[in-house]
Formats: sequence, structure tokens, C-alpha cells
Amino acid sequence: MGLIETELTESDPVWSAMDEELERDERVFLMVEEVAQYDGALQVSRGLWKKYGDKRISTLPFLRAGLRPICEFMTFNFSMQAIDQVINSAAKTYYMSAGLQPVPIVFRGPNGASAGVAAQHSQCFAAWYAHCPGLKVVSPWNSEDAKGLLKSAIREDNPVVFLENELMYGVPFEMSEESQSKDFTIPIGKAKVERPGDHVTVVSHSRLVGHCLDAAAVLAKEGIECEVINLRTIRPMDVESIEASVMKTNHLVTVEGGWPQFGVGAEICARIMEGPAFNYLDAPVTRVTGVDIPMPYAKILEDHSVPQIKDIIFSIKKTLNV
Amino acid sequence: NYKDSKAVSKCDLHRLEEGPPEKAELTRDQGLQYYRTMQTIRRMELKADQLYKQKIIRGFCHLYDGQEACAAGIEAGINPTDHLITAYRAHGYTYTRGVSVKEILAELTGRKGGVAKGKGGSMHMYAPCFYGGNGIVGAQVPLGAGIALACQYQGNNQLCVSLYGDGAANQGQLFEAYNMAALWKLPCIFICENNKYGMGTSVERAAASTDYYKRGDYIPGLRVDGMDVLCVREATKFAADHCRSGKGPIVMELQTYRYHGHSMSDPGVSYRTREEIQEVRSKSDPISMLKERMLSHNMASVEEFKEMDVEIRKEVEEAAQFATSDPEPPLDDLCNHIFYNNPPLEVRGTHPWAKLKSLS
Repeated sequence: MGLIETELTESDPVWSAMDEELERDERVFLMVEEVAQYDGALQVSRGLWKKYGDKRISTLPFLRAGLRPICEFMTFNFSMQAIDQVINSAAKTYYMSAGLQPVPIVFRGPNGASAGVAAQHSQCFAAWYAHCPGLKVVSPWNSEDAKGLLKSAIREDNPVVFLENELMYGVPFEMSEESQSKDFTIPIGKAKVERPGDHVTVVSHSRLVGHCLDAAAVLAKEGIECEVINLRTIRPMDVESIEASVMKTNHLVTVEGGWPQFGVGAEICARIMEGPAFNYLDAPVTRVTGVDIPMPYAKILEDHSVPQIKDIIFSIKKTLNV
Repeated sequence: NYKDSKAVSKCDLHRLEEGPPEKAELTRDQGLQYYRTMQTIRRMELKADQLYKQKIIRGFCHLYDGQEACAAGIEAGINPTDHLITAYRAHGYTYTRGVSVKEILAELTGRKGGVAKGKGGSMHMYAPCFYGGNGIVGAQVPLGAGIALACQYQGNNQLCVSLYGDGAANQGQLFEAYNMAALWKLPCIFICENNKYGMGTSVERAAASTDYYKRGDYIPGLRVDGMDVLCVREATKFAADHCRSGKGPIVMELQTYRYHGHSMSDPGVSYRTREEIQEVRSKSDPISMLKERMLSHNMASVEEFKEMDVEIRKEVEEAAQFATSDPEPPLDDLCNHIFYNNPPLEVRGTHPWAKLKSLS
């Protein structure tokens, strides 16, 4: 009896995750810009209003006590207008109240670079949010990640920033039968080895995991076997998985779409140095990142502002000194 | 007729004893100029629509067709040395503030001949006394109040026109800007272009009060027919006089309409009917209305308008030619313009071996 597999795009597992959780728990409700008649700017919330009505799905921005809101940002660039509330009201409240007031809220929406949307609409917020204690920050790559992690995020009793990716919404992935069950969840805080290998550890999150796998396929033909790790969660980061891998491969390359300074890769470097895996490194860690500039509009400039597969291949080879 | 006096619709007033005059003088030259401006914007936007569908323009593209009387009327009511800032539906204002169709289209197609050298795109075009083009809803309004503060500080008798839409009108930062502008009597004209829909949300579903001209509360306001370029001009002149005489800020609501959806990815018919769009086109189109007025007062002939249309089409076509053939910006421009007046700095590329150069 084989697995039943169906192709779904990331936005469908996001939809079905929300649908299942809305059905399962009456306290869950969705607040979104442009839901209902416009059908959610990127149609991720498509149809939910028709199914659940005004009470559970609304464009009204207020927090009601005892409920479990899912708050959609059209993109995380707009979250900056509300970021004070995300940090000072959501992230810190349970601490400030010494355990009296939990904040079970999910902030979700597309993050990072898209295509041709220029400087104000292309920023990656993984590092900004992951910097703050009190938040959990999740970054799915494929459809299974999106579904399983979002369900966990909704069931999580603490604020979760859920960073989706607009360019991934339309990418089809096979989904196992297991992942289509209503109880399918993926634990927050656990990375996944997408591809085992012995020569170099390549750690990434979100869309660039796909780029890393593509790079690994090219390098395999040259006899270089990459171990590709999909972080899945930025905070709390699964450093143990990275360490275990580095202790095997002795080389580490991090790959992210965001800017280099004070970023996800920078954090990985610091944590590796602070732990047992440092002594196993045969070369300094290499970070592959977005270029340290605001995102330009012109296509040729935009293409050169984000890591390409060839940049990842180049960096891996330099790290391995081949 | 060389010139004529035309009746313009009365404006609704808030905290004002009297409003703009109910008759406006229009000379033949002015009429032809306003027509030319509006028709150029119209044809430019429709060309952008075409180029977007051909995937030569990418990303965001928010078109202004239907709202031309606002940009043209405001420009006619202020001086070129006054300042203006708006949101993302900005191509019309980029034009009225002095940027050529060629440079606008080439920016939309991401070429080095674009007004922002291809680096900004649709929502990030600038010119002297024109501060964009802003992508984040409402963020431009406090900036506009700040520009007005600079005018007051420098005592140069200039003012700032700070534009926003009916969606942004509910943003908290606007009310903060109103407060400070009123306290300090800043020469700021806050203008709400009410085109009845914030993306797909109609004003009734978005706002507890849809009297946008009253939302400044303690700030006087007027509600204006935004489809009539003369009305807009007279109201803008009135507002400008108010600001320049030291009375402080003023709010204007322009009632207008966009034919396109919110952006090129919105067909614009899931939240409003085609009949509604068609009705506005046939009864209130700003360009047709001006043309008919001038014709009925014998201020110009049908042939003159036709000739202008031909010229404008040619101008837009040539601009589009340029915009599709001009090269993309060179790669060595990638990291430039991070800092102003700064020695050259090194910028990290996608990996540590990519050391790129940034010039001011």
C-alpha cells in the first residue's frame, strides 16, 4: 500500500491548516486585511469567510480576551506599522505579568523578496523578530512545512511569527497522506535534514532551501555530497541538529535571503562557536546572504541582489577549498 | 471664446464660513493645457496597462485613469515651487510635477533612463519638490506635514500638499499629523483622494465616518467634486491661500473614481459592478467633461482636440519605444546611493568574496 500523494501549493496547505484549526477550536479566529470580498490579497484566505462568517473571519483589528487570533499581514513589510504591538504587547506580556496573561496569537503572511516589488516591499524580517525573547519565529519551506507548522503555531499558546513566502505560494509539492490528516502537525523548534551528505552542512530556511537542494544536485555530480538542513524554525533555533551535522561534515555554509548584518547566518556562526561543533570545523563558516542594499526594482539588479544557485555552489566550493 | 466663466459645483464646508468661488474663470489656453495634461496621463496609464500585460512592467502597478482631474487641478492651484507627496498611485503626479512620460515609462520598465535610474520602480519616483511615490499606506502623510514644517521654518511662503486615499484615511499616523499640523499651524494641505474603495473594501465597510473632509476635526475642510478639474483647481487655490495666510492646515476631500482595479493584479470587479464603472465613464469622465464644456462654449474646435490627441498618442508611443529599448541599469550601479555625501564604501555581496563598491 503506497502513500497517497497529492500536489498542493503552499497557499493551499496554509488554507487547509487554518480551516482545520478553525473547525477544531472555536476560540480561533482570523483577522486579515482585505479578506471576504477581495478574497485575501493573495487569495490565501480564499473562501474562509464564506465558510465561517463574520464572527470568525474579520477585518476588525482588535484582540478579544480568551480567544486565539490568527492575524494576517498582507506582507510583513506592513507589520512594521504594527511592530510595537507585536513586540511590546504580544512578545513581552506573559513575562511582564509573571505568567498571568498568555498571548496565544499567530502573525502570519508573506515575508522577504518577491519579484519586482522594489525596496519597501522586499525585506526579510526573520532576524528582526527572531531577536526578541517571547516570540517564536517559524519559516516554512514547502507545503508540508506550511501546513504542519501553521497548525502547530495555531495550537501554540505563545505568540508565533509565521513567515511565509509569496513566491512559494504557487509552487506545487507532493504531500504525503500523513500530512493530509487533520491531526498532522510539525513541531516548532525542530529542523529537518532534507538531504543527507558527508562533505558539507548547508543550512537554510524558506524558499532558499530549494536553491540549496538544487545546488546540492549539481555538486553531487562532482562528487561533493551536501547535507541540506531546513531550519523550519528560526526561534527557537535547532542548533543541536546543525551541530550534529557539522561534527560529521566539518564544514558549514548558511544560506538566507535576508541581509547579512546581524542576520540568521550570523547567529548560526555565533552559536556554533559557542558549542562543541567549533572544534570540528576545518574552515570558517561561510554565510550566503542577500546583498547589503535596499532591493532595487530593475530585473537585472534585483537578480543580483539575492543569492543565486551559482553563489551557493561557489561558496560551498570555496569553503571546501576545491 | 478667449475666456469664460464657468459654474463649478459648490463644495461642502467644514468649519469654514465660506468656500471657493462658485464661478471659475477658464481661458482657452488653460483649458487646452488641462486637457493636454489629463489626456497625457490617461494615455500614459493605458500604455502602462499594455506594457504590464506584456510583462515588460513587473511588480506593482497602480493606475490612475479616472482620477486625472485631481492631479491636473491641484497642480493648477499651486506653484511649481510648492511641495507635493503622495502614495503609490503616483504616476499622474510624477507627470504633473515635471517628469516626462519617457522617464516615467522607462522607470516602470526598469531601465537606466528611468527617473530613478530603474532602481525605484512604479511606487518610488521622485522629482524636485515631489517626494514620491510611497509604498506603505499612510506613511507619506506625516512626511508631508514635516515638509510643511520645513516651509514654515524657512519662511519661504511655500506649502506642502500631502495626499492619501480613503483607505489610508483611517490610519492613526494621519491623526497624529493633523494634530501637530494644527498645533503648529503648518502650511499643509491634506488631500484625501476618495475613490470609494481601499483596495477591495468600499468606504462604507472601512470607515465609521465617510465624511473624509471632516476627519481633521478641528482642522477646516472642504469636499470637492474631484472629477471636475476646475473645481479641483479653485478648491486648491482656496486651500493654498488659507495656508499661506498663516491660518494653518486644511483638509480637502476629492471625490473621484478609478477605472482600473487597485493594481494590475486586481480585475476590480469582484467588489464593484461593471455597470458602476461604466456609469462613471459615461457621465463623469474628467477629460470628456472638460472637452464638452470647451466645445459648448466655443473655446476650441473638435479638430483641435483631435490634433492634440494625435500628438499625445505619438508622445506616449515614442516614450514607450524608449522605455522598451533603453538598456537596464549597469551592474556597477547596484550598490550606489546608499549614503549621501559619503566616501566610497565597500558593500558585502551575496557571499564574503563578493566585495562590491558603493558610491554616493
